[in-house]
Amino acid sequence: MADTAVAKKPPTELCATKANVAPAATSEVTYTPRVDLFETPEEIVLQCDMPGVKAEDVDLRFERGTLTLHGKVTPRPQPTEYFNAEYGIGDFHRSFSIPVEIDATKLAAETKLGVLTVHLPKHERVKSQKITVKAS
Amino acid sequence: MNLLAPWRPASTIWDEMNQFRQEMDQVFGRWGATAPTRPALAVSYPAMNLWEDDETVYVEAELPGIKLEDLEITVLGEDQLSVKGSRAACQPAQADWYRQERPCGNFERTIALPTSVVANKVEARLDQGVLSIKLPISPAAKPTKITVKAE
Repeated sequence: MADTAVAKKPPTELCATKANVAPAATSEVTYTPRVDLFETPEEIVLQCDMPGVKAEDVDLRFERGTLTLHGKVTPRPQPTEYFNAEYGIGDFHRSFSIPVEIDATKLAAETKLGVLTVHLPKHERVKSQKITVKAS
Repeated sequence: MNLLAPWRPASTIWDEMNQFRQEMDQVFGRWGATAPTRPALAVSYPAMNLWEDDETVYVEAELPGIKLEDLEITVLGEDQLSVKGSRAACQPAQADWYRQERPCGNFERTIALPTSVVANKVEARLDQGVLSIKLPISPAAKPTKITVKAE
């Protein structure tokens, strides 16, 4: 195990408030999507399960170190009565505070098979630099 | 909902259990009877919603990140549906993980259908991670309307 003199600050989850969910929400119920969040030497990557959300219906914001995702679910025909009901359908919303300096000009996101992937490249200033040691 | 139902003394432990369950159902609503804004706890993966009309049984499941070719959908003995598949794990090299909530690996689930269906006419669609299966009800299982003649 490596000694870490300076502890890395992990991204933290921010609570959804009515103010930040309500304007974008199209459904009555908003769900918290499942995410994978990891950091590589170059970037922070977030992968989020948003089944039933098209790429154009994802509202993704990165503002003052806060990443907010809102996915508007495409309405699909639903019955009034279920034989078996195990999950609900609604918009997805979640937000995270990213304590690492991000190069906002290089943000990239894509959706594939109902999974949203967001790439947050670290700013050159905060990337760890490898120092080459010369023998003399 | 009848809030002022008379209390009946229970005679056996089973009566008591049933009565308790009925009372709980009255308070919280019966499982499956309402729209899933308040879904029942899913015990298996994937969670499935199932409903039917006169012609078709509909099954829907959320399977984000899974390709159609990685799914195996089978109808067993006309009235059971099995969904089998796998989702690859996200394994980046040199990563520090902060959240890992998305499930990966193999899964298989078999559910009982409410009626028998025509297995060779089943349609499955996977759209943005939502699997919808349409299973036509077999003609033998459809209700027959009886015309009552007046004499």
